[in-house]
This record gives sequence, structure tokens and C-alpha cells, in this order.
Amino acid sequence: MIAFVLAIILFLVGLYGILVKRNLIKIVIGLMIMEYAINLFFALVGYREGGTAPIVSEGLGDKILFVDPLPQALVLTAIVIGLGTTALLVSFAVRIYEKYDTLDVRKIRKLRG
Amino acid sequence: MSLIPLFVVVPLGAAFLTPIFSKVWKGFPDWMGNLASGFLMGLSLWVLRFSGDTLVYYAGGWEPMDGIPVGIAMVLDGLTVMMLLIVNVVGFLVTIYSIKYMTHYTDKGKYYTLFLLMMAGLNGVLLAGDMFNLFVFLEITAIASYALVAFGVEAEELEASFKYQVLGGAASAIILLGIAIFYQLTGTLNMADASRVLVDVGGSPAVLFVGTLFLVGFSLKAALMPFHAWLPDAHPSAPAPISAMLSGVVIKVLGVYVLIRIFFNVFGTALLPPVLTIFLVLGTLSMVVGGFLALGQKDFKRLLAYSSISQIGYVMFALGLGTPLGILGGLFHLMNHAAFKSLLFLNAGAVVYNTDNRDMEKMGGLSQRMPVTGTTSLIGSLSISGIPPLGGFWSKLIIVLAAVESGHYILAGVAILASIVTLAYYLKVQKLVFFGGLKKVYEGLKEVPVFMCFSMIVLAILSLGLGVLLIPQLRGVVLDPAVKVVAGGIEYAKMVLGG
Repeated sequence: MIAFVLAIILFLVGLYGILVKRNLIKIVIGLMIMEYAINLFFALVGYREGGTAPIVSEGLGDKILFVDPLPQALVLTAIVIGLGTTALLVSFAVRIYEKYDTLDVRKIRKLRG
Repeated sequence: MSLIPLFVVVPLGAAFLTPIFSKVWKGFPDWMGNLASGFLMGLSLWVLRFSGDTLVYYAGGWEPMDGIPVGIAMVLDGLTVMMLLIVNVVGFLVTIYSIKYMTHYTDKGKYYTLFLLMMAGLNGVLLAGDMFNLFVFLEITAIASYALVAFGVEAEELEASFKYQVLGGAASAIILLGIAIFYQLTGTLNMADASRVLVDVGGSPAVLFVGTLFLVGFSLKAALMPFHAWLPDAHPSAPAPISAMLSGVVIKVLGVYVLIRIFFNVFGTALLPPVLTIFLVLGTLSMVVGGFLALGQKDFKRLLAYSSISQIGYVMFALGLGTPLGILGGLFHLMNHAAFKSLLFLNAGAVVYNTDNRDMEKMGGLSQRMPVTGTTSLIGSLSISGIPPLGGFWSKLIIVLAAVESGHYILAGVAILASIVTLAYYLKVQKLVFFGGLKKVYEGLKEVPVFMCFSMIVLAILSLGLGVLLIPQLRGVVLDPAVKVVAGGIEYAKMVLGG
């Protein structure tokens, strides 16, 4: 239970980063923290107290408790997607820095409203 | 049926081949992009014959065991068929338009690669039968569109795209959190199976929480009013064909379609009454505020972007009424909006192509020099403003009738008012851009190339004549099956899994 609460706190830390920070890179980091918090949460969903790795092999009885393998597979996919979005975001931050000579969101305002 | 995966496989394959061969043969991206999207359009027209059925494809032949699905399922039902038709027809016309328009930009190979990836993602979202594949395809679409918004790599475009990425990324994160709790709650990711489980769970606090997460996440993707901040920057900054795709298709698939699927078909009756109220409130808000914000714009494409918010508001408003007539009006307006908003963005693109200018106050009299663009944009404007007998009139009429029928008299009045506002800002567009005296600078203008005209003319015919879909014979093919799926609610589970 405490692990779930920690994952949610991590999520909120990321959200704080996105909402409050003025530096583009810090916003990206905030987004990443948020994503990792969710990945952690998702992996915890599949956890079973006292469970073993979900690999069926000989010598194991019928009553062995496995952890749920599905969330692990999904988290793996989500991490790869996260890698893609991070790479794109950071490369955009670099291009924006080249155009505006700053990473401060308050000074990057060529668009109205 | 084994044709279903082709909707995803063909654009993905084409997106893979395009960058490889574009170095060898300059014309390859144009051919590959248009062939692939033309094929998809043909396929989407062909599957119209299955619109009354529910077809399920299990990837890798993993059939359900004891009625419980174990593999990845792709589902094709009435709603999916209608949305596939919209996506692929608009997609094809946009690629035809891109042949000439994108010569302004440097790298066509990369453009078509990203475009086809976006198409694969959109079709995947529509066909996904489980929550996680829906998420994966949604991210494919989103990442491709982030890159496409900034395709010109000018300062404004990068800024708009960054804003879009941060908000889109936050939305995706919220959706993924929703999916995690959804899985914990139901023990399955298959939407049909989860729908069966949720009937027993009822309206517990956990269900409410998941519902809220999905509502916030997908409303951000649909740019409903309090979540709209990224749209007026992102949609105008993209190249015109991409603006047409984003406004005409992407916000509908990633936002509206998924909201419909999740709240009507998966959560069903347990969560529906409060969600419908929220749809009504957000829809009305978007409809009115989006309209008034559009009224004050000077930038052609920015006005169109605000207008998109307003029209999506109409769709959500109609769905929020919850009656079969309201659902019909909402889905029909969604279809109409795809036709005329893509058309208007392509018109704006044609104007930009010739004048390199988006400020409406610096234009005037352009229809003297560009008759095709002028006429088609007039048709689009009248249709979106709801002038009879154009397509947009019928959908707005049905929405207002549905509001009156369900006793929302004041909201029906608001919808009519918003329609008048729509007319006002489109008259402004026509007056400033296409009518009046021609400026000296634009004396030498010519009409845009024939490929661009072709797309605009076809879309103009569509926005002129989509009203024919209400004729009973045609209604039974496209609209009625879609309405049946939405109004049927959690019947969806039975249709997919049988029994």
C-alpha cells in the first residue's frame, strides 16, 4: 500500500514540475518523472505478495503463486514510448534554444494567446 | 476477417519503405503516399458492406478461451466503419493535395513517412479492441502529429509543437494511469470483457476515479473548452494539409471517438448519467466560447482552429443529450465537420501557397484571381454555418431538434445562437479574404495547381451533398449502424464476444 502512495507522490512531483517550472528542460524532466511514476504504479499493480517470476517450468507445483506478467509487458512498451517522446521533446528544446537563445518559457512567446 | 489488420499494416509498411527509397528516386514518396492512402480509402469504402455486423480479428489466431479473450483483438463495428470512412477519405484527399503543396518544404520523404505513421495510428485507434493497444496507437498518432506540426521548423512552429507535446504528454500520462487502475479494477484490458466485468462492479469510487482520469485525458486530446489551450497554436502552425488532418480527423478520433467508445460501450449505464451531463456542459461551453473567440481572430488559420473547438462542442453537446436522435445528430455533425473543416483548411492553405500570408486584413478580392478556391471556400463556409440545404444545416437541425425533444429548450436556443455566431465569423472570412477589391500586390495571382483544386472540389461536393446520407437507404449503410452501436451501450460486449 505504501508503495502505491509513493508512486502517487512521485506523480504529483512530476505534475508540479510541469506546472511550476519555467525552464523547458525542467518541464521535460517533470513529464518524465510523471511517466516513470505511472510505470512504477503499473508494475506494482501486477505484484503479488510472495509471488515468483511468471515462468512456467518443471518441478513447480500447481499452487505456486506467480506475479502478473501482463503489466510488466505493458510497462516495457510504455517505457519505449516514453523514450520516443522524450527524445522528441529534448530535440525540440534544442531547436527552440537555437531560435530564441533562451529556455525560459516566459520569453518564448511569439504566438498570441 | 483477415482484411482488418490491413488498415494498420499497409500505412506502417509504406511508412517503412518511404524513407528507404526516397533517396534513390525523388518521386517515390509521392507515389507511395498516394498509393497507400488511395488503397486505404478503397478499403474503407469496401468495409461499408460490413457496417451492420461486428467483426473481430484475433491477432496471431489467439481465439478466446471459454469466452474470455486472451490475445489482441481488433474490432470492426458500425461506429468504426463510419470513422474509418472519414479518416481514410480525408487522408487520401490530403495526400493528393500534398503533392504540390509540400514542394514548399524541403523533405517530402520525411513528410510522407510521418503522415503514413499518423494514418496507421488513427486506423489502429479505431480498430483497437483493448485499452492498451488503443494507448499505443494513440501515442503513434500523437508523436507523428507533434513532429508534423513543427514540420517547417520556424520559431513559432517549434513553440506551438512544444506546447502541444507537453499538454499531449500530460494527457497520455493521465490516460496511462487510468488504464493501470482500470486493469487493477477489472483484471482485463479487453474492452468488451471489461464491460462485462464492470456491470458487476457498478459505480464504485474506483470506477468514478478511472472515469475522471479518462475524461480529463481524452478531453485534452479532443480540445474541449477548458482543455483547449494547445489547439489554436498547434493547428495553424502545421502545414495546411496537416492542419486539415488535425482539425478534420485527429481530434475526433483521439478525443471524441474514444470518449464515445469508453463511456457508452465500456462503462455503460453505471457512469453514463453524470458523464452525459459533463458532455453537455463542456460541449455548450466549447460551442459558445470557441465561437466568440473565433470572431475576434485576424489570422485565417487561427480563426479556423477556434471554429474547430466550437464545432467539436456541437458534437459533444449532441452526444451529451444521450437520446438516439442526439447521437445521430452528433455523429452526423462529426462527419460533416470532417468534410468542411478539412476543406476550409485546404482553402487557407491555397491562399497561403499563393500569397504567403495568413493575415486576413491584408487580403481581399482573392476570388477574382482564384475562382476555385473562392467558390469552394464559400460552399464550406455556408455549410459550416448551417445554411440549407447544405450538409451542415441538416446536422445542426437534428441537434437542435434533439435538444428540444429531450426538453433542453434553453440549450437548443444556445445552439442556434452559436450557429449565428458561426455564420458571422465565416462571413467575415469571405468578406475580408475573397470578396471586395483586389489589392495591387495580388494582381498577378493565379489559381493553385490542379491537384490542390481537385481535393478542394471533392471536399466541396462532399460538404454540399452530405445531407443525402439522411435518405433512409443510405442512412442504413453509414449512420444507422454507428448510432446503433453507440445507443446500444454495453450491448457492445455481447456483439464482440458473442453469447
